[in-house]
Amino acid sequence: MTALIYLIPAALLLGLLGLAAFLWSLNSGQYDDLDSAPHRILFDDENEESEDSAGKN
Amino acid sequence: MADALHQSHSNPIADEAELFDTGATPVALSDASPFIRHDEEGGATLDLVIENLHCPACVQKIEGALSRCAPIRKARVNLTTHRLSIVWDEQKISTTYIIQLLAKLGYRAKPFDPLLGATLGNEGEKALLRAIGVAGFSAANVMLISVSVWAGLVEDMGPATRDFFHWLSALIVLPAIAYAGRPFFRSAWRALTAGGLNMDVPISLAVIAAAGMSLWETIVSGSYVYFDAAVMLLFFLLIGRYLDLRVRSKARSAAHNLLALRTTTATLVDKEGHHHLIPVEHLAKDMILFIAMGEHIPADGAIVQGASQVDASMVTGESLPQAVKKGDAVYAGTVNLSAPLSVCVTAAGEQTVLSEIVRLMEAAEQARARYARLADRAAQIYAPAVHLLAALTFLGWLIFSPVGWQAALINAIAVLIITCPCALGLAVPAVQVVAVGRLLKQGIFAKAPDALERLATIDAVVFDKTGTLTYGTPHLINAEEIKVEDLALAASLASASRHPLCQALLRAAGPAAAISGVTEHPGQGLSATVQGRELRLGNRTWCHANDPSTETNPKASELWLSVPGRAPVRFTFRNQTRPDAERVIRYFRARDFFVGILSGDRKDVVSTLAKKLGVDHWQAEMKPQDKIAALEKLKAEGRRILMVGDGINDAPALAAADVSLSPSSASDIAQASADFIFQGDRLAPVMELYDVAKKSRRLILQNFGFALAYNLVAIPLAIGGIITPIIAAVAMSASSLLVTANALRLHLMKGQKRQ
Repeated sequence: MTALIYLIPAALLLGLLGLAAFLWSLNSGQYDDLDSAPHRILFDDENEESEDSAGKN
Repeated sequence: MADALHQSHSNPIADEAELFDTGATPVALSDASPFIRHDEEGGATLDLVIENLHCPACVQKIEGALSRCAPIRKARVNLTTHRLSIVWDEQKISTTYIIQLLAKLGYRAKPFDPLLGATLGNEGEKALLRAIGVAGFSAANVMLISVSVWAGLVEDMGPATRDFFHWLSALIVLPAIAYAGRPFFRSAWRALTAGGLNMDVPISLAVIAAAGMSLWETIVSGSYVYFDAAVMLLFFLLIGRYLDLRVRSKARSAAHNLLALRTTTATLVDKEGHHHLIPVEHLAKDMILFIAMGEHIPADGAIVQGASQVDASMVTGESLPQAVKKGDAVYAGTVNLSAPLSVCVTAAGEQTVLSEIVRLMEAAEQARARYARLADRAAQIYAPAVHLLAALTFLGWLIFSPVGWQAALINAIAVLIITCPCALGLAVPAVQVVAVGRLLKQGIFAKAPDALERLATIDAVVFDKTGTLTYGTPHLINAEEIKVEDLALAASLASASRHPLCQALLRAAGPAAAISGVTEHPGQGLSATVQGRELRLGNRTWCHANDPSTETNPKASELWLSVPGRAPVRFTFRNQTRPDAERVIRYFRARDFFVGILSGDRKDVVSTLAKKLGVDHWQAEMKPQDKIAALEKLKAEGRRILMVGDGINDAPALAAADVSLSPSSASDIAQASADFIFQGDRLAPVMELYDVAKKSRRLILQNFGFALAYNLVAIPLAIGGIITPIIAAVAMSASSLLVTANALRLHLMKGQKRQ
């Protein structure tokens, strides 16, 4: 039973990490345009300017 | 499909010097400036709505071209909302320049007002997603603990460990409920303070009661702890809420885009003869306007210079172009076809024929009875019923049993939890999301979220003629009489012009090799000299086609091609019926629908078409108010009407009908008032749409049935006091999964066969 003392906090911490990652991706606008996102990786990135700005607005 | 749509785009020409060479001297559009946001580094940010943005290739084309233009610091296209966000140096280039750059790429762009609710809807969606994330995290982790507790019931878990686990659950769940439950609590509070009940009242009550009771049980080391059920309930309901909001905000976004695209500019001629672009709202009486070929006339006016033909089909439904000359009156919304005109404005803004139509439309919209959505009607019965049941359970246990008020309260709360409207809250949004997604794949756009429900109940279909049953544009009808090389030659000439007949010729001939040195002679035609021979394409006199044996057909438009040394060749064009119009009409007639045609066109044209399509009820030469009156008459007979139309003159009728539909070639104002917009040359989407609406309604009702069946089993258990936390958890997830799976069936159902 003593294992619970570190297993439960560890499980919760991992869950919280997942939640934090989700909230971060949401706030950085990664869900704003799901229609073009899968195609963007195929674009030629001749210019860094317009491609690196993954929804900072 | 995306590739096919692409053919209409012109080649990307990003030559910057060429941009301003458009005849008119552009001045900064005064209507864009309020929409520009400024940052500290001198950058300006503007959102633009982009028309005809279809696929990722468009995104790449626009972003690529704009990023090659140095003053533009950032350009990002959002394919979902059809909007472009740009940050640029305002000192160096103007908004007009950017809009023209986009026009050169083949995209019409209009500034978008960022305050127009776009960001609002987005924020709401994000808040819900955040709540879903928190509720999901909490539900998953508390389930980990709950399963251990349930397993411990049959194994050897001591009360101390169980209590510890319950406290742990409380720690995870209570903050999550406080955060993720807010959308429901707020809405329930609003309903209660307004003296009403909505679906969120029983939801909030169930969640709060479950959490409160579980906390109490934890404190007194009881075993009836429903933390997992409470947060799972929230998780599922939040998903339903999110899906619902997405359908709505997608619809609203489409409507706002149309609104933004509607405002247009006019070319003003000042006293020195210079041209200026001004927003149409700034037009005033006695201004002189220049109207290029192919342009919409922005205000009612009288022609002061030039002679041309105008296409009034969008305004009156009249299918043939009318010849106009100096002194004639022209009306806002009509299209100038064959030669540039100068027009003196006689009425602008509020006094135009167009504004009159807009007023009619607004009045019709207000008169339209508000439709009560199925979900709302279900909630109206559901909420009071649940509260009554819970109260009766409490009183029943209190009076007829010796268990005491605490046990009675626990059973009453169990009723509230178990009747959780999980299935009900998911039943409608899940079906709607699947339906809207399926329609979108077929090129049908839903603009009003409840329109699908309204559509499922119609029993009358009324069509407009010009542009709806027929194409809005002319089609070549005598292609078989013409030699292939003549057609190709004519198309090569025609590719230099934007005249509708030339465009129709191009569509019929396919891609044509352009001839250089084509001159356009306004009001007459085109000419070019190839290998020393003068080729001409244009009207009868321009091509010297004076052979009396080729009499002009009064019901068609024509173009002639003359090649020296040969008899001129005639191309006849007609506003043709859409190929599947007859099938669509048969489909509705087979279902015993009232099928009618309301047209502004002449009687003989309409009656010929009605006879051909087998429509008995038709009326011709109708003004917008006549169309409304006709619809009102049908409504008075108890009919529920679907109106399909495209013209400016149809807009009021579209707003007055129970549900309405426009092709994507329709006038902006018709699209703005329609509930659905369909793309493509076929009329078949009308059937597809009705079919999907019918099926969605059936699925929604089925889902309500499932929810009812579930409650019929679960409620007696809850009232009897034999619900345990594990039963509640299993029953709720099972019913939610069932309705979601049932909604997904819409994807598998066979659609209307597309020929």
